[in-house]
Amino acid sequence: MTADSKGRYSSGSQSSLLSRAYKHHLFWPLALWIALLLFNLFYSPSFFKVVVREGHLYGSLIDILNFGAPLMLVAIGMTTVIATRGIDLSVGSVVAIAGALACQMISKGSDQNALSLVLYAIVMALVLSVALGLWNGLLVSITGIQPIIATLILMVAGRGIAQLITDGQIITVSSTPYQYIGAGSLAGLPFSIFLVAIVFAISALLTRRTALGLYIESVGCNPEASRLAGIRAKTVMIIVYMFCGLCAGVAGLILSGNVASADGNNAGLWIELDAILAVVIGGTSLTGGRFYLTGTIVGALMIQTLTTTIYSVGVRPEVTLVVKAVVVLAVCLIQSESFRKAIISRWKTRRYPAEREVTRHA
Amino acid sequence: MKRRTKMWGLLTLTLLMLVATACGKSDDKKTSGSASDISLGFAQVGAESGWRTANTNSIKDSAAEAGFDLKFSDAQQKQENQIKAIRTFIQQKVDVIAFSPVVESGWDTVLKEAKDAGIPVILTDRAVDSKDESLYVTFIGSDFVEEGKKAGQWLADQYKDASADVNIVELQGTTGSAPAIDRKAGFEDAIKGNSHLKIIASQTGDFTRAKGKEVMQAFLKANPKIDVLYAHNDDMALGAIQAIEAAGLKPGIDIKIISVDAVHDGVQAASEGKINFIVECNPLLGPQLMDAVRDVVAGKTLEKRIVTKEGTFTSEEAKAALPDRKY
Repeated sequence: MTADSKGRYSSGSQSSLLSRAYKHHLFWPLALWIALLLFNLFYSPSFFKVVVREGHLYGSLIDILNFGAPLMLVAIGMTTVIATRGIDLSVGSVVAIAGALACQMISKGSDQNALSLVLYAIVMALVLSVALGLWNGLLVSITGIQPIIATLILMVAGRGIAQLITDGQIITVSSTPYQYIGAGSLAGLPFSIFLVAIVFAISALLTRRTALGLYIESVGCNPEASRLAGIRAKTVMIIVYMFCGLCAGVAGLILSGNVASADGNNAGLWIELDAILAVVIGGTSLTGGRFYLTGTIVGALMIQTLTTTIYSVGVRPEVTLVVKAVVVLAVCLIQSESFRKAIISRWKTRRYPAEREVTRHA
Repeated sequence: MKRRTKMWGLLTLTLLMLVATACGKSDDKKTSGSASDISLGFAQVGAESGWRTANTNSIKDSAAEAGFDLKFSDAQQKQENQIKAIRTFIQQKVDVIAFSPVVESGWDTVLKEAKDAGIPVILTDRAVDSKDESLYVTFIGSDFVEEGKKAGQWLADQYKDASADVNIVELQGTTGSAPAIDRKAGFEDAIKGNSHLKIIASQTGDFTRAKGKEVMQAFLKANPKIDVLYAHNDDMALGAIQAIEAAGLKPGIDIKIISVDAVHDGVQAASEGKINFIVECNPLLGPQLMDAVRDVVAGKTLEKRIVTKEGTFTSEEAKAALPDRKY
């Protein structure tokens, strides 16, 4: 090999590594998240300070994990639903219902700290969440209602159900084991993040190490073809909606445990939209057939980082939503390949007459 | 065939569910069963806090007592729901419409419709920013600016000899709502005489515990020294207390807390010394509202502004008041 060809070879491998990283589906979500964190590094260095306080880690990053946990859970469930070309708008209501039922049951108990009562309440809340997911799944798969409409029913009715359970009140509980779900810490980290890790690990194993993931993707691509190929498309749909309901239920327990109260009106309000956004930022297509759980986690973390950033830099509340919208718009534009191409081609073929002249002569 | 039965079963289930929810709601609406000639349409903000629930109960109870036919609607904190409810009341030709606006602005069109239909409108608890005062008869409710002033005045008295800067963080109510704007304005007005009192951060907590906690956590990280927290309602203060405790600080001692509303949970926290000062915002305006409705229907002219009676609580006063606090 000549030196010339050698040099060319090495530069070739380097660029292939770069282009592989560049083409990886996590590249843009991660890059944008890191950009957001870098902004914080310059703007408020204390953002990255993590100290040990009263036996657990304490800092903005830990807050992002803790407050982002419900969103991550809901977004994981949403990813599987979106992968089947569906959507679940009812997750916010399920969050409220799960929290409401658990808190209502605990507050009725004689000893709120009794572990058996708390476990019973948690199990009942999760069973109800799965049942609500089943309801969505049946509407979508058996009756064939469009997912956005089918889940809209529960989105609207669900807040009413939550308020029926709580009687329109904010229910305060003083149960240490229940609060542990949302505010407790294990090995220095928020307990909620372990729940996310467990759910994420289970869903990743089931979808990537068994055929289930393939089934979900094939149903998302073409339910009819999948059925003809011998996949029970309807069962797969029902399963993902039930899983989504379960995720929302766990998120509801975390949210209500964190503030030790259930608020039928505001718990999980608009979380469905944030979850869909997290899924999209993570690279999953809304048209179904392909999904990235890791991307979703990064997307959810980015949204929570943005929220926390806005609080810590002191954006005026009147413009908070505008700032959020602008950042989200920028993120989506940068992720869009056609937008990037348009910008690059504009950059390369500048239409200034003088410059064109120069290149022509050269 | 089998599939069709399944489908019908599901459809019936859907219908049943809808009927069930509808029943649950209509139960609330028929508070008064007595035959009365005065019908009152009331569009409530929602049930976002214990305060609001006490307010709702007061209105329902006093309407039943007065024998009015109350049509009650819950807007679930959305302006469009409230506008819809008011339009429905106009169509139903109620005698009087009363409502607590979710936000201050954007009411002119629907209020004009009510005026054209000849239905008098009474505002309760929150005001609208409409220039045209003829659109409503009267406004019954608390003076939020005064509440903010009382909160600020207490703080100014506490720190009147302060020689160093006192760092204040503020948890605002829902952006754009009258209590958030006025409580902020009144508070700032009361503390402006002392240059040491500085608001170093102010952010909305949407009047909820969860947001109050989340925002306070971010405040605690971003600002190393916070001396005072001013929350626009008790629920946000209660959420913030949890955040302060999680940071290893003592609410009420390390960080002084001032709050508005005085709902049961808030008064309880005050009696434990976790909230230092609460300005009361009285939700029991039912009786006053019914009096006003009766006067309007009788053709009497009312004052444009009816202010409710309100007090304040320090920790000691909260201890004494707690057993009698119903809401």
